Amino acid sequence: MNAPSEFLDYGPDAVLMAGLTGRNWRLADYVQRGGYDALKRILSERIPPEQVVAEVKKSSLRGRGGAGFPTGLKWSFMPRNFPGEKYVVCNSDEGEPGTFKDRDILRYNPHALIEGMIIGGYAMGCARGYNYIHGEIWDVYERCEEALREAREAGFLGKDILGSGFSFELFNHHGYGAYICGEETALLESIEGKKGQPRFKPPFPASFGLYGKPTTINNTETFASVPWIIRNGGEWFANLGRPNNGGTKIFSVSGDVARPGNYELRLGTPFATLLELAGGVRGGRRLKAVIPGGSSMPVLPADVMMATDMDYDSIAKAGSMLGSGAVIVMDETRCMVKCLLRLSYFYYEESCGQCTPCREGTGWLWRVVDRIEHGKGRPEDLDLLNSVADNIQGRTICALGDAAAMPVRAFIKHFRDEFRHHIDHGRCVVAPYQ
Amino acid sequence: MPEGLLNIEVDGRAVQVPHGATVMDAANKLGVYVPHFCYHKKLSIAANCRMCLVQVEKAPKPLPACATPATEGMKVWTHSEQAVGAQKGVMEFLLINHPLDCPICDQGGECQLQDLAVGYGASASRYDEPKRVVFHKNLGPLISAEEMTRCIHCTRCVRFGQEIAGVMELGMAGRGEHAEIMAFVGSTVDSELSGNMIDLCPVGALTSKPFRYAARTWELARRKSIAPHDSLGSNLIVQVKGPRVMRVLPLENEAVNECWLSDRDRFSYEGLDSEDRLTAPMVNDGGTWREVDWQTALERVADGLAGVVAQHGGSALGVLASPQSTLEELALAARLARALGSENVDYRLRRCDVTADGDGARWLGMTVPDIASYDRILVVGSFLRGDQPLFAHRIRQAAKKGSRVLKLAPVDDDWLMPIAARAIVPPSQMATTLAEICVAAAEAAGVPAPAATADIAAAPGPAARAIGRELAAGTRRCVLLGALAEQHPEASQLHALAQALADLTGATLGFLRDGANAVGADLAGARPRGAGLPAHAMLSDPRRAYVVLHAEAEFDFASPPVARAAFERADLVVVLSPWRTGTAYADVLLPVAPFTETSGTFVSGEGRVQSFRAVVAPKGQARPGWKVLRVLGTMLRLPGFDADSSEAVRDSVLPADVAARLDNRTPVAIAARTAQEAGVERAADVPAYFSDSLVRRSPPLQQTRDAQPPLARMHRSLLEGLGLVEGAQVRVRQGRGEAVVKAVADAAVPPGVVRLAAAHASTCGLDGLTGPIRVERA
Repeated sequence: MNAPSEFLDYGPDAVLMAGLTGRNWRLADYVQRGGYDALKRILSERIPPEQVVAEVKKSSLRGRGGAGFPTGLKWSFMPRNFPGEKYVVCNSDEGEPGTFKDRDILRYNPHALIEGMIIGGYAMGCARGYNYIHGEIWDVYERCEEALREAREAGFLGKDILGSGFSFELFNHHGYGAYICGEETALLESIEGKKGQPRFKPPFPASFGLYGKPTTINNTETFASVPWIIRNGGEWFANLGRPNNGGTKIFSVSGDVARPGNYELRLGTPFATLLELAGGVRGGRRLKAVIPGGSSMPVLPADVMMATDMDYDSIAKAGSMLGSGAVIVMDETRCMVKCLLRLSYFYYEESCGQCTPCREGTGWLWRVVDRIEHGKGRPEDLDLLNSVADNIQGRTICALGDAAAMPVRAFIKHFRDEFRHHIDHGRCVVAPYQ
Repeated sequence: MPEGLLNIEVDGRAVQVPHGATVMDAANKLGVYVPHFCYHKKLSIAANCRMCLVQVEKAPKPLPACATPATEGMKVWTHSEQAVGAQKGVMEFLLINHPLDCPICDQGGECQLQDLAVGYGASASRYDEPKRVVFHKNLGPLISAEEMTRCIHCTRCVRFGQEIAGVMELGMAGRGEHAEIMAFVGSTVDSELSGNMIDLCPVGALTSKPFRYAARTWELARRKSIAPHDSLGSNLIVQVKGPRVMRVLPLENEAVNECWLSDRDRFSYEGLDSEDRLTAPMVNDGGTWREVDWQTALERVADGLAGVVAQHGGSALGVLASPQSTLEELALAARLARALGSENVDYRLRRCDVTADGDGARWLGMTVPDIASYDRILVVGSFLRGDQPLFAHRIRQAAKKGSRVLKLAPVDDDWLMPIAARAIVPPSQMATTLAEICVAAAEAAGVPAPAATADIAAAPGPAARAIGRELAAGTRRCVLLGALAEQHPEASQLHALAQALADLTGATLGFLRDGANAVGADLAGARPRGAGLPAHAMLSDPRRAYVVLHAEAEFDFASPPVARAAFERADLVVVLSPWRTGTAYADVLLPVAPFTETSGTFVSGEGRVQSFRAVVAPKGQARPGWKVLRVLGTMLRLPGFDADSSEAVRDSVLPADVAARLDNRTPVAIAARTAQEAGVERAADVPAYFSDSLVRRSPPLQQTRDAQPPLARMHRSLLEGLGLVEGAQVRVRQGRGEAVVKAVADAAVPPGVVRLAAAHASTCGLDGLTGPIRVERA
């Protein structure tokens, strides 16, 4: 757990992760950094929940888990006068290949999440929250348990918080490592003790969520951003980024860079800046391609990427999605077929098997890419892959089908020649692309 | 739910549907077929097969019709380019891992996947990779899961278990391509409704084990019939090939069995060709049985009966018929007895107290679907799932929608539904407890209890109070008396008390009649009038001659040893049966047709008159029972035996207004009770697959868990009090008889009671379905 100090350098723009040393994660440290001030102010000034939601709306905070849905809008979907239990759930089931930001929050700044969830519970009238933690990170789960214990002891959780009359209880739920449980309704099923399989929507969780009750599910980073929004105001947060893309965002940079790691940047920062922060392409090699938002998102070639800024709208314009902010960098020595093979195998392996296109299609995609990689490709395979991907995308219960299909289409679209070479010659292009 | 209707347009045609309806509902209403696999009108929506994807205006992608709620002004295209493209894409995915073994698949010809592949599949596959293989499973004697590679993961079977059968015996384990349907490790599918999963399976993954590889579906003729086992009267499609019944399927009738069948109704046909089928008349010549022609056999019967009557008078004759017999058989059997001067005719073979029976026919007291309208359902003395498997499902669905089910029984067997309140008491305490419930219900409602009940039960116990409170709190209540209540030695008191309770609470009183045709038997007059003796009296006070129709002494009577002794003493016993049975005591065996080989009528528990025709020709020299009885009457020159069709027989007895003859009231008064001495009592169920002569001969049903030899089930305290360990052999003595069986602890049985099933060879020495017993180490 004692990371080297440079690991905690999240960059000059860091807000959520500013001042973290790897050891100052406890409640007292967080309070010293101004933590729980936002909650205290809300409770002592009795700020109406509607106003909290309005502030979050003003911040232009968008979901940090992948879909980028405006958080304030999501919060406003919760039925205000629902009789009975309502829930807030944090999706800390960080399983997307390339993404490793939430575990840093949980590890080094867990109270930011806890405070954010309590504020969320207050704003949406929930008395109970669950933090669903990915199954493969045990130390993080234990740290979160410890953090919850601290928060309870300090009176930030439990009955009548800080004498305000508001009660909120929060629990960590340790998953079992299935990627699909990061899909919000599969996550709810999993908390309920059932097999983690997505539900058909509608109904959406806001009306029929955990145990059939209205539920709001946000990503770890989303909740953890909330204390700063309340402390400094929605407008301040919005101004950190760009219009409609408020705040800072943690990018998990991996692959062929000199200093892989998490970097917190203002949304709208050019990709080139991020790449520079990460030490540039490793070994001075040339950049070939980047997946800008986690393995589910379409890959973009180097030139497109270098001309792009890192925010939701800019990347969408460039033909991909910001997703979870996982930036996978590939240099000129990377074989694109092999990269796609790795991704296709992942989705084949993680498909829950519930609905037909994903259950059957992910295996088909993987097998065809596997054939191409191993020199048994056929000329018609690329059209076949596109066609199978077409038949999966938009036809499934959840987005895993789309996540499996989009990389296939993008890899073939941008690197068709490389795939052709594999098929025609039975081996990859070792020489640099271009 | 908002009121009013939604206007939606499907394929350019306008339709109105209620709020909450789906696109599929709207399409169905218009008669537009949307291809589907996982969707089933009786199951929850899964939306997992994706076959029903349709185009919806303003939706960026195709949506599943089964799960998409209709909204005002919605425009849907089910056969547009986008919709069909999506459907074809799904079909391709379904087929890539599906084996191309249709030529040897039992589902071939009735396979949804096969049918839809014609419309949506390509003629050649683009899939050239290795195909998935799924290991076969053993799900028990009824469902074959030998080719699970065919499974398309629609989860209909899983949802059926969870939602209809009430027990999840199948689930989908594994993920992705490795997902497969399986039972719990080492378990089989044991639900009494399991066969429906075979019908639900849209492919050949779950098929009928008894029918496996027996015929191709297109070779089979489909004939309608009526199930001969319980009083629900399930509608059947009997599939025949030449002279043989090959398979039984449900004939959908929403008012009766919906689209379901119990396993008993579905698989009993396997007993039809049992080795002991009687295919020629037989006579007993001094201990030697020989086959004879009909003329010889009938002359012997006619002479014998005439002789006994001439010598000893009409009352020396007893006619005993199973309630499995048809209305026509029962009518002619009763007519025969009366024409010979005997009022001794009865079908109530398992009952010993029939004094409460009025002139009318006791019935369900409601229509079958009507059970859903009751918010309080008290069931008294029933092994519900075994006795009435599909009516139990109706009650289960009602319970799911909020009806509160209440139970008074000697054993707390699991009905797989929430029970709001229960009183589990020894059989001898049931009447007292029912009186307590009356008092408690009266108290809760703030009205005086009937004096007679208050005399019996001054201070109701907590269980009776809970039931009483529930009844008082309800708005629409019913009290249903089960087979055990009817077979109880104090059946008339239970009836009188239930009537008092129903009167007090405004509840409907109903009976869950035992046998397929109990109501029909009442209407046919197959009951003694005046000084005639009921079944138990005909046997305890033996007659000189008996005519036994469709019944077996060892299994179908309240006290098998008494029945057996009476038959053995008689001068003449004539058995009319499809089976070579009763050879130890009978003098003549007349081969009559089982339900598949005769026309006839069953009147179900709700009073539904259902006539059916023979689906195959009688086997060998067997003849429809009504014809045999008609010839017998003619040979004896008796009046009333000249009908030339079963319809004519039926019309001669069936009242024009059947409903007017249905009557659950009894004039019997509630009697004072004295405290019973404490001791160990028997509570016998008649397990579903021992219930009548046909099911007892069905090999697959006899291999099920429910057909295992009876165990002496008792509370652990009783077991330990007897110094026994689980699985020990015990000797159970009842009356003059005894049985040696295995003892097991069962928390569902109260102390002082031993649950030990009847209608089985190992327990047929015992004297009565309830009553005091002695249990000792064997």
